[in-house]
Amino acid sequence: MNTLILVEHDNSSAYYASLAVVTAAGKLGDVTALIAGHDCGAVAEAAAQIAGVSKVLKADDAAYANGLAENVAPLIAGLMEGYDAFLAPATTSGKNIAPRVAAHLDVMQISDILSVEGPKTFTRPIYAGNAIATVESSDPKLVITVRGTSFDKAAPEGGSAAIEDASGQGDAGLSSFVSSEIADGGDRPELASAKIIVSGGRALKDSETFDSIINPLADKLGAAIGASRAAVDAGYVPNDYQVGQTGKIVAPEVYIAIGISGAIQHLAGMKDSKVIIAINKDEDAPIFQVADIGLVADLYAAVPELTGALD
Amino acid sequence: MKILVPVKRVIDYNVKPRVKADGTGVDLANVKMSMNPFDEIAVEEAIRIKEAGKATEIIAVSIGPAKAQETLRTALAMGADRAILVETPDEVGSDVEPLAVAKILKAIADEEQPGLVLLGKQSISDDSNQTGQMLAALMGRPQGTFANTVAVDGDSVEVKREVDGGLETVKLTMPAIVTTDLRLNEPRYASLPNIMKAKKKPLDTKAPADFGVDISPRLTTTNVAEPPVRQAGEKVEDVAALVAKIKEMGIA
Repeated sequence: MNTLILVEHDNSSAYYASLAVVTAAGKLGDVTALIAGHDCGAVAEAAAQIAGVSKVLKADDAAYANGLAENVAPLIAGLMEGYDAFLAPATTSGKNIAPRVAAHLDVMQISDILSVEGPKTFTRPIYAGNAIATVESSDPKLVITVRGTSFDKAAPEGGSAAIEDASGQGDAGLSSFVSSEIADGGDRPELASAKIIVSGGRALKDSETFDSIINPLADKLGAAIGASRAAVDAGYVPNDYQVGQTGKIVAPEVYIAIGISGAIQHLAGMKDSKVIIAINKDEDAPIFQVADIGLVADLYAAVPELTGALD
Repeated sequence: MKILVPVKRVIDYNVKPRVKADGTGVDLANVKMSMNPFDEIAVEEAIRIKEAGKATEIIAVSIGPAKAQETLRTALAMGADRAILVETPDEVGSDVEPLAVAKILKAIADEEQPGLVLLGKQSISDDSNQTGQMLAALMGRPQGTFANTVAVDGDSVEVKREVDGGLETVKLTMPAIVTTDLRLNEPRYASLPNIMKAKKKPLDTKAPADFGVDISPRLTTTNVAEPPVRQAGEKVEDVAALVAKIKEMGIA
């Protein structure tokens, strides 16, 4: 089987999510990586090094610079003539583009796969991960988004794929990019790829309290910062911090949940973490049912004490 | 300008789904069902656009079993003007797939010619997150997915989108398809007088065949299982014990 994967990037480097897609696609067959962007030569060079990628297609056009689905999806649909499956990461970018590709090809997409069970059979979460469905496609071609935390990352080096140019119709004339407000996390690791995550919930009261309690602990551990939907909705932190069914799905080595009760929608986003540590005042909070280590305590006393003790 | 708002009847947000022992699906018998929360946000946004004088009519559509009428009545009670039910056989676990839903919606959009189609980014049942994007492709129109802010201005709409790194704004030429994220707005509750009035608002019932759309599934679900259960660990007495554990595990 020949597969085409979408590499997510910012025109200068490839994001972590794509490495898991290489692994998922590799279970189906030969992997070609598509870099659609503008002045994205460096990304194509880097993608050619990923172990398991046998060919790189570079579509370099100003119309692809910001990954607009209206422009990128027809490019992919056009290229699919020579491929049996298209895979994208289940990131906001992949989720935006892949269904549009599927509709162009008249196939049903399989969203957010957790495993490859056969050439056309996959598992995927439904009902916020409260059930795992095994689905088999009867379509002639596959369109898939891949949950990054469910597959090992391919090695970013060791490959030596050839790079070929590809082209599509460019600007569809339907949409334009206006601006972006991308948070600069400074030295802090990204939520999706962090080894340790410190996450705060509604109990943190307000934005200042959230920062004063959560940030020092995260700094000490070199951790990324996450939040429950309640904390995001209340405006303590920006939307890109949200972990859960409709936010980010994470699976770090260690997830520290502070003042998070553990609604099913939140658990859906973090229960595959290797070690879960929970600090909560309410001993009956559902978070304790999934935590490896639980501490029933007032977070305003416990977290600063913990931060101070970790020298 | 008309706004088309597709809505889906799903398991209520607060109900914990239970997997059936025979592995055929999730048990929905006698379970509370409600409008998909993201679709509620879409209905609310459509009403706000109309209240701002930028839309003239809101049409709610649902593709589902006869009971999806209740969901449409909720949309009408919130403020939609009329509704269309595309009725499908009521077999548990037989939700029409997003591709077929998008094809039916495309046919309805061809008839109604809305300037905007506003719908939830995903349903909380199958979590597919596909219908809006597929509809946009089939209509050959632009899409603003995961909307945080929607601003209609003349022939175009600016959509601020919730993306992995933060927020991104795109400008779309209308007609356009917009899918809603959680923080777009807080949906209103329907008042009792409006619930009564909604009973008299027009609701048409159609069938998928009326639009010439084949709803046979492309995917077969061969099994539905409980996810691996995570065992609760231990509770520690105090911060000192927690620190000892953390050091033992080599985290810090």
